[in-house]
Amino acid sequence: MAANCAETVRQGFDAERVRADFPILARAINGRPLVYLDSAASGQRPLAVLRAVEHYETHCHANVHRGVHALSQAATDAFEGARERTRRFLNARSPREIVFVRGATEGINLVAQSFGRSRLGKGDEILISALEHHANIVPWQMLCEQTGCTLKVAPINRRGEIELDRLLGLLSARTRLVAVAHVSNALGTVVPIERIIQAAHACGALVLIDGAQAVAHAPVDVQALGCDFYAFSGHKLYGPTGIGVLYGREELLAEMPPWQGGGEMIRTVSFERTTYNELPWKFEAGTPNISGAVGLGAAMDYVERLGLDAIAAHEQSLLAAATTALERVPGIEIIGTAAHKAAVLSFTLRGCHPHDLGTILDSQGVAIRTGHHCAMPVMTFFDIPATARASFACYNTAADVAALVAAVRTAGEVFGQ
Amino acid sequence: MNLQDLYRDVILDHNRQPRNFGPLQPADAHAEGHNPLCGDRLTVWLRLDGDRIADIRFEGQGCAISTASASLMTEAVKGKDKAAVQALYERIHALLTDPHAQADAATLGKLAALGGVSEFPARVKCATLCWHTLNAALEHSADAVSTE
Repeated sequence: MAANCAETVRQGFDAERVRADFPILARAINGRPLVYLDSAASGQRPLAVLRAVEHYETHCHANVHRGVHALSQAATDAFEGARERTRRFLNARSPREIVFVRGATEGINLVAQSFGRSRLGKGDEILISALEHHANIVPWQMLCEQTGCTLKVAPINRRGEIELDRLLGLLSARTRLVAVAHVSNALGTVVPIERIIQAAHACGALVLIDGAQAVAHAPVDVQALGCDFYAFSGHKLYGPTGIGVLYGREELLAEMPPWQGGGEMIRTVSFERTTYNELPWKFEAGTPNISGAVGLGAAMDYVERLGLDAIAAHEQSLLAAATTALERVPGIEIIGTAAHKAAVLSFTLRGCHPHDLGTILDSQGVAIRTGHHCAMPVMTFFDIPATARASFACYNTAADVAALVAAVRTAGEVFGQ
Repeated sequence: MNLQDLYRDVILDHNRQPRNFGPLQPADAHAEGHNPLCGDRLTVWLRLDGDRIADIRFEGQGCAISTASASLMTEAVKGKDKAAVQALYERIHALLTDPHAQADAATLGKLAALGGVSEFPARVKCATLCWHTLNAALEHSADAVSTE
């Protein structure tokens, strides 16, 4: 079984070589080699990212857009270079459409508080799905409380797929914004966002895509998708924490009011009247996470060098192998069996709570996520308190899958399956 | 990190067959405990004789540590008064959080089986949820008395 997986996986993608790029993967956990299967929570960083950040910190750091001195210019070039890199990564039309934020969460909150608060009111509707991460639920609930608009939720089916007909049925002239995940963090479901974007636009609604779980697993082209906003986090793309991106169509961003006030986002300030900076700086109050942006740019270089399609194919073979092998373990139930999934395998083991499973796997060096994955409504739908979630990345191998399955079997034995 | 030390036979047994499991009716007090981080939920019911726990039952869902800890707790506190429960909790807390604490089998009895938890800091909250819930039920009963 494991040998067969290994053969399939090695074709066309050398995960062992990729592993060598990630220093942390060489360390031991509880006396065992680390098997890191929690990349959906946070990916590890390749040396290329660590070195880019180090080079920036040791050679280029000063504040951006401020001084006339050489270092300030170097920092500005590095930061704005990362913005242009991000534009290319998403195939956005202009770097003015790339706003650096702390992460996908902040990007979604920005849209809620800037676009939503200035434009929505009583009678308007925001449509999300039952698959969403809390980051794509709570900002809209807060907005509804603030403006009186209404939140509508499209249901999911037992496979963990959005019921597309029901979602389309909820679209109406009242729908002002549709906000859905590109890939579900809890279940791995790939959402047919092209279809949703098309239908929403036909109703005159804007579309925000939460791409936090998608960007590391497939190329994203915002022009081809036609979405209005696309948010993601750097650390799930092998970049640093505390940096993320909100893409927004320029004509929308231009009309939206700033959401945080301070330095950087202004053009002139007097006590009588303040004027705001141009895009995208209008949305970047305060000194930004410069080294984070530099690291994120390096992470984009890294994944594009490996090839996002090649990474996706590699992860798909790991997902298929892990699914087949886990299904053979007595008491295992796979949660989330969508026809299209990406890199995430959520499951439960009868008689063994996910937290006990997580502890037992950790004792074998296998790091997975256990809990509700910030998607409590998904857990409620499946009537379970939590799941165990293994997630795959470019650096995982067939040996990682074998270690996962062996550790799950150990847990089954401890708990008397 | 010693897995066998965490999942001792006593723990696995009380997880599989929790004692005093299910509602207690009528009850003089009850409280619900919830750990939103991991989703563990449990309810503790008490029948009181003055400030002595005449009977106690619990129900809920959680991991093995949470369930076994609650089951062991119900066995240990039945018949004890509030002061004795408080003293016992302080010893349990030390056992759960201090890897060097000596499990005093003579006074802790089967509860000493929770000693392995101290090596797993992320799991301490699982073991203490039932004690916090018991405490809330006891306080609630005091409130009820004081409002009369």
